Amino acid sequence: MSILVIAEHNNEELQAATANVLSAAKVLAQKADCKISLLIAGYNCSSVAESACAIDGINEVLLADCPALEKQLPENLAPYLVELVNEKSFTYLMAPSTTTAKNSLPRIAALLDVAQISDVIDIVNTDTFVHPIYAGNALETVKSGDVVKVMTVRTSAFDAASLTGGTALVEKLKDAVDLGVSRFISETVVESDRPELSNARIVISGGRGMQSADNFKMLEAVADKLGAAIGASRAAVDAGYVANDMQVGQTGKIVAPDLYIAVGISGAIQHLAGMKDSKIIVAINKDEDAPIFNVADYGLVADLFEVLPELESKL
Amino acid sequence: MKILVGVKRVVDAYIKVRIKADNSAVDVEKLKMVVNPFCEIAIEEALRLKEKGIATEVVAVSVGPDSCKEQLRTALALGADRAIHIATEEITQPLAIAKLFNAMVEKEKPGLVIFGKQSIDGDNNQTGQMLAALSGMPQGTFASELAFEGGEVIVTREIDSGLQKVALKLPAVITADLRLNEPRYVSLPNLMKAKRKPIESISVADLGIDISPRLSTISVQNPPVRSAGEKLGNVDELIDKLKTEGAI
Ligand SMILES: Cc1cc2nc3c(=O)[nH]c(=O)nc-3n(C[C@H](O)[C@H](O)[C@H](O)COP(=O)(O)OP(=O)(O)OC[C@H]3O[C@@H](n4cnc5c(N)ncnc54)[C@H](O)[C@@H]3O)c2cc1C
Ligand SMILES: Nc1ncnc2c1ncn2[C@@H]1O[C@H](COP(=O)(O)O)[C@@H](O)[C@H]1O
Repeated sequence: MSILVIAEHNNEELQAATANVLSAAKVLAQKADCKISLLIAGYNCSSVAESACAIDGINEVLLADCPALEKQLPENLAPYLVELVNEKSFTYLMAPSTTTAKNSLPRIAALLDVAQISDVIDIVNTDTFVHPIYAGNALETVKSGDVVKVMTVRTSAFDAASLTGGTALVEKLKDAVDLGVSRFISETVVESDRPELSNARIVISGGRGMQSADNFKMLEAVADKLGAAIGASRAAVDAGYVANDMQVGQTGKIVAPDLYIAVGISGAIQHLAGMKDSKIIVAINKDEDAPIFNVADYGLVADLFEVLPELESKL
Repeated sequence: MKILVGVKRVVDAYIKVRIKADNSAVDVEKLKMVVNPFCEIAIEEALRLKEKGIATEVVAVSVGPDSCKEQLRTALALGADRAIHIATEEITQPLAIAKLFNAMVEKEKPGLVIFGKQSIDGDNNQTGQMLAALSGMPQGTFASELAFEGGEVIVTREIDSGLQKVALKLPAVITADLRLNEPRYVSLPNLMKAKRKPIESISVADLGIDISPRLSTISVQNPPVRSAGEKLGNVDELIDKLKTEGAI
């Protein structure tokens, strides 16, 4: 048995999600008594592979560095990975539940003719895994009979593994073929100096109660005082107050920070699905019956337009 | 261009489900069932493409027990031209559904397949990608905008870091994200009319596809519950509490 982990990176550096999926892989490796290989697939990404060698607990770093994989287009990546998995007889394929992996991993699984388990939060044993269903309102334990077990891992459920202390070697793999059916055009990346939403220690999120994009500045001011990342409810994103990548919830990002502050968010099932595993939850809402208070450790029944400036000045 | 749309029957998004006493599954008995919200968006996009003259026919397909016909009728009432029910009483997992859809792709030869990005019951986010794999089509997942130019579809995708644009050769598989469009409502007269429209039925046995589940459910449990904490009087108390807990 052996595990292949697909690293999340941007061709320049490893991204935080890699450390979380590696921690899940280590749990599995211990139960299955097997080794972990880490794949860096991209273009001009050899520096990522070099830094990955320093990760403790991995056996080898596989580097697939070629133009066809630059943006990890699933059409090119999937057949390439199927060949790799077969050649090296990997029995587990793991990746973090990021949009990159959610895009490619099912395509790889289908070509391998195996199931995928989405959003694993616990590894029971070598073939049994727990994952949430119904917006996290139920936890399903499933047993896989497939020869290759393919899974995405919910990053918020596993602490980040240390990315140092190791001395793995890089094996350079052959180039992938560009199948020519898909083409990358462009990316609009939202730049921000704030911590990344998915792994920030503190998250402050705004909902429809914020009323406008402009009002989010009040939230940003508090976020800057706290060193927090900013999130949002679907309603706030749909209304155009903030960008799509800030949506927290069942169908957005799943976060579990030490502190989550929900401002002007009612607490719909779909929103709770994305933040209810946070350590401390604070809710600020003018409606004392808002469902968000049912999960909040601390609640303020108040007008957010009064609370936010006060918080900013007192923090 | 013909468009195939995947329509799944699921429990209404606003119902909090319960787990059966024997922990074998979620209890969906007697709950309000609807078209998966992401599939509503998929149907809407197909209809708009037809209205724009890009598509010529919209075919709604659902896999599952007889009750799925109710959701297919909704699709017909919204404006789908035809509906196909792939009948099975078995538990179907994404790989099996993708295989059944692949048989439909071979039969119907659509120019585009539109799925939802995720079913809100299983939260799998897999079936569209799997169908794309099996059919060899390119895939535009988590789509928030589509544009058609010179035999390609330009897909704007919602990704973790923002938005990404890719160009795909047709035929292609699209999976709809929340902001692709805002679905229209079904009108009662249209729903009545849809009751009389035929739904083609195909049995899984006729397709000769093995749909046996690859994953077996060992148990379904409740997640740990969070209880309500305390309501505080003012901002100072809040800051105090958070400082005491070392949160800030
Ligand atoms: C398929 C599907 C997927 C979904 N996915 C997600 C998801 O991933 N994430 C998500 O968040 N939602 C998601 N939703 C939407 C979800 O159901 C809710 O509609 C949404 O979360 C509501 O956002 P909100 O709380 O900001 O808005 P509302 O429910 O409108 O709540 C606004 C709150 O602000 C409070 N408020 C207003 N003014 C003030 C003020 N001045 N001071 C203090 N409080 C104030 C109000 O009391 C109210 O509680 C999804 C829905 C569906 C159907
Ligand atoms: N039983 C089904 N019948 C029709 N379409 C389905 C079915 N299951 C999944 N789909 C399609 O696949 C999408 C994604 O589902 P999933 O992979 O289960 O999250 C759904 O939004 C549907 O468009």
